Formats: sequence, structure tokens, C-alpha cells
Amino acid sequence: MSDSPIAVEQHAEHGPELRHHFETAEQQRNAASLGMWIFLGTEIMFFGGMFCAYLIYRLNYFNEFAAGSRSLDVTLGTVNTMVLICSSLTVALGVRAAQMGKRTLLVILLLLTIVFGFAFLGIKGIEWYDKYKEHHIPGASFDASDLIRDYPQIHIDPSHEQLYFSLYFAMTGLHALHMIIGVGIFAFLTFHAWKGRYTPHYYTPIEIGGLYWHFVDIVWIYLFPLLYLIDRKPLG
Amino acid sequence: MSEHIMSSKLYYGIWITLMILTVVTAKVAFIDLGPFNTVVALVIATCKALLVVLFFMHVKYASEKLTRMVIISSIFWLLILLFLSLADYSTRALGHG
Repeated sequence: MSDSPIAVEQHAEHGPELRHHFETAEQQRNAASLGMWIFLGTEIMFFGGMFCAYLIYRLNYFNEFAAGSRSLDVTLGTVNTMVLICSSLTVALGVRAAQMGKRTLLVILLLLTIVFGFAFLGIKGIEWYDKYKEHHIPGASFDASDLIRDYPQIHIDPSHEQLYFSLYFAMTGLHALHMIIGVGIFAFLTFHAWKGRYTPHYYTPIEIGGLYWHFVDIVWIYLFPLLYLIDRKPLG
Repeated sequence: MSEHIMSSKLYYGIWITLMILTVVTAKVAFIDLGPFNTVVALVIATCKALLVVLFFMHVKYASEKLTRMVIISSIFWLLILLFLSLADYSTRALGHG
């Protein structure tokens, strides 16, 4: 098939990156984008199940959710949100660098994204370690007595408090897993960008990887207020 | 997705807006607005998510109608999950179903 005169002629016209089942490079890019968005749709439902569980238990056990939320570090949470927003900027600028064929800039921006990704995971690790030291990890050694002591105005049932922290670790854990996968994808993209594989005519992997990274950012944009800022107003 | 290249100024503008909204949402949470604390937090989060989707993910200037339909129907499906589940749980006491 690839030896047919038509195929050779087409390759001469557009270069090897255009697959022959697509009419044009634009159609190929649109197909890749559509496929990625369908995958992100399944990811919305994947996280959606957890958001739904969160919503139901938060409405029923609001006191315990509020107390658990107060025990998280708002400063670290805010800084981590900013780290992710910065990484989204470097990804968006990276796609732009790829569109304009600036290879060195693209590699630098992809590396910066990976650095921001590790910074986020590092800060998240510090927060998880704090929760470990406070015995706030659900299980046999779970202990909510510090919360009961600190917030005497709120009635706290320890078993319902465990539900908050179960959801906290499940949601931030699943998000962190996505971040780790994202760092892996961006390491792959950096390697190929450094090799010069992406040109203004073919930068689809950068665009598609970027869609994934931005999606993970959006999940955190919702997780931050829902987990850290449930009820921060002064207690009466 | 198309060849459309957005200006870097626009990207920096979106970035600054997202950073400011992050600080605002963290600060507003400490002010007592009654039941509106949650509403404000969710409205700000949705504004931030919209900015990321429309500009960083290029949906505003460079996406096909079919892609937009996939995005809107994904969100619609999520809302079905949330609202129908709530309709069930909010009309009975938890643990006494």
C-alpha cells in the first residue's frame, strides 16, 4: 500500500506524520483531540463517583467534615493550588512554543512543568505526613480526640470523622496518582521534544498531554475548596 | 484544535486571574457569609475551571462542535449522577433507608 504512487505522492506533500486514513493533518489533529476529550469524559465520571460520595456524607455529617477540614493546612493547600496553576501556564506556553517550532523553549517549559509536578507531590507528601503524625489516617490507629478537644462547640462522632478522612485520602490520593502519571507523560514528551520530534506541523502529543495536565489541574481546583475550605469562619 | 496560536499575553492574563482567584477563595472562606460561603467557593472554582477549559485547553478558539458536544454531555452526565443521587439520599435519613 505504501508503495503505491498515490501514497508516495501524498507523503511528499505532507510528511510522514499524517496517517493515510486521514484526509488532512487538521482532521487527524481533531480526531486525536476528540478522542482525548472522550477519555476525559470518562475521567469526569471516575472522579464524579467520589465527589458524589463526598456530597452525600458532607450533607449528613457536616460537623465532622467541618472539623476535619479545619485540621488541614490552608497555607500549604493554597500554595499547592498556585503551583498547579503555574504548571498549567507552562503547559499552555509549551503548546504555543511547539506551534511556533521553538524546540529549546518547549523543552525548558516541559521540564518546568515536571518540576512543578514534583513540587506539588512534595508538598502533598508533607501534608499527608502531618496527618499520619496526628493519627488522622483512617484505620486502627485513627484518633479524633484532638479535634474533639480543639472544637468543643462542635459535636464530633469519631466514626463519621473517619469518613471525612477516608474521602480526603481517597480523593487526594487518586489525584496524586494522576499527577504521577502526568509527570511520566511529560518526561516522555520532554525526551521526544529534545529529540526534535515535534514541529509546527506535528505537535499533537504536546497538545493531548497538555489536555490531560489541565484536566488534573481542574480536579484540584475543585478539591481545594471542597476539602480545605468547608467551614473556616470563626466559631461562635 | 487548529493552527490558531494565542498570544502569550492572553496566557499570562489568565494565569494572573487564576492566581488572584485562588487567594480570594482562600481569604473569603474565613469571613462568615452564612450558607453563602460554600456558594462563593463553588462559583469561584467554576470560574477558574472555565478559564482553564476555554483558554488553556483551547476550547474557545479552536475546537470542533463535536468536541464541544462531548464536553457538555460529560458535564451533563456528572450532573445526572449528582442530582439523582441527592434526590434519593435527601428524601430519607441515612442509615434508615
